[in-house]
Amino acid sequence: MIGIFQTYWQALLYSDGYRMTGLAMTLWLLVISCGIGFCLALPLAVLRNARSPLLWFPVWLYTFLFRGTPLYVQLLLIYTGIYGLSFIHNTPPFNEFFRQGLNCTILSFALNTGAYTTEIFAGAIKETAHGEVDAGLAMGMSRYTLYRRIIIPSALRRALPAYSNEVILMLHATTLAFTATVPDILKVTNDAYSATYDPFDCFGLAALIYLCVSFGLIFLFRRAERRFLAYLRP
Amino acid sequence: MKQIFAPAFAALCALGVVAAPVAAHAKAFTEIKFGVDATYPPFESLSPSGDFQGFDIDLGKAICAQLKVKCVFVSQGFDGIIPALQARKFDAILSSMTVTPERAKQINFSSEMYNEPTSLIEKKGAGLQPTAESLKGKTVGVEAGTIQETYAKTYWQPQGVNVVSYPGQDQVYADLLSGRLDASLQDSVEASYGFLKTPKGADYAFGGNVTYDPKDVLGSYIAIGVRKDEPELLKKIDEAIAAIHANGTYKKIEAQYFNFDVYGATPAAQ
Repeated sequence: MIGIFQTYWQALLYSDGYRMTGLAMTLWLLVISCGIGFCLALPLAVLRNARSPLLWFPVWLYTFLFRGTPLYVQLLLIYTGIYGLSFIHNTPPFNEFFRQGLNCTILSFALNTGAYTTEIFAGAIKETAHGEVDAGLAMGMSRYTLYRRIIIPSALRRALPAYSNEVILMLHATTLAFTATVPDILKVTNDAYSATYDPFDCFGLAALIYLCVSFGLIFLFRRAERRFLAYLRP
Repeated sequence: MKQIFAPAFAALCALGVVAAPVAAHAKAFTEIKFGVDATYPPFESLSPSGDFQGFDIDLGKAICAQLKVKCVFVSQGFDGIIPALQARKFDAILSSMTVTPERAKQINFSSEMYNEPTSLIEKKGAGLQPTAESLKGKTVGVEAGTIQETYAKTYWQPQGVNVVSYPGQDQVYADLLSGRLDASLQDSVEASYGFLKTPKGADYAFGGNVTYDPKDVLGSYIAIGVRKDEPELLKKIDEAIAAIHANGTYKKIEAQYFNFDVYGATPAAQ
């Protein structure tokens, strides 16, 4: 395993000399897709709890579609399916965007994690204690202020444990990236495998790296939970 | 508990040691089990009824007939085919495997079965050549883990060719069709049968064979792979290959599949 790491460490950690690969690529995929997913989920979670079906139904449909189908299928649809449409080919900005495997991967990862995150946040918003809302209304807050100052901060705090799971699952989901030719950790260890035919060491090395990243994420989320959920501690 | 299990375990180990050599000797070449990745027409594929078929399969059957042993074909994915051979799932690899120094460290290879050049395919009229100068700034697809990937990354990528690796050859063709790729690099025979001769490949053509290979990354020829601890079997297979060449069986089988000399074809030949 050490021998493989010595030969492939550069490609495994950050670059094969021509483009970003390995750990750097995996982390980039994770950060950008979770970032976009988060920004998408916040307004959608509010809409998901709206009274008017015109508002909540489209959001429900989006989360239903993206949580009801495997991420792998979504990635294939976006990478292969969409680029196969002649309309996309003939529109230069779309053609440019979907030509790159990395763009397609980020798009499908962000939409997928966005759907799950929306449901997590929507659930937390729904569970906001009535007292908090009543107190805000009693203070004469407008709906917007109420959401901004009371409901969303309180919901995000309570969603933290569930959200940390989603981020870690997303890290594991990044192993699909090579389907769209994005050279992540697994692609490099696959290369090492086809060069050495030593499956245990190659994939063991991949597992170790993912384990370290998962551990780092868990550590960060525990720190955040201690800070933001301090008021819930006994 | 431990005290009860320890002697029992020791006894099991001892049995294993005694039993293993007996099992190895008992085989004594009444049959040869070939490991095949049957996804590579015209060399090896499965017929609609589930039988193994193809050039490799027919050569394997001819070798078995020559040795008067039974032929058994075992299905096995290519990326795990060497570990499976080592794990004794079968006796030999018959799956269009090119001899490379890396592979030769793991297993022994028979004498040459046949040879196929590596070539570039592209849209008809694109005018690309399989050289770094011609492909500069273009995107070329290869299958990950193949000698063609090593070739493109060794000679082309440093010269500014955008080399993209794919998990499988099917995806390379799919992206060649979708227009993501300007060209793709693979075995010529595979390209011809797997793509160019299919309806989808009608608009595509050979861009030429690769001839420049000073570091010898493309390896030499295609052969049967055998475990290092079975020189006996290797010798028999080599003798059988020589015999089917001598008695004309090889030429007969070749004529059923190819209209050119697949044995003599070297990477340098156009």
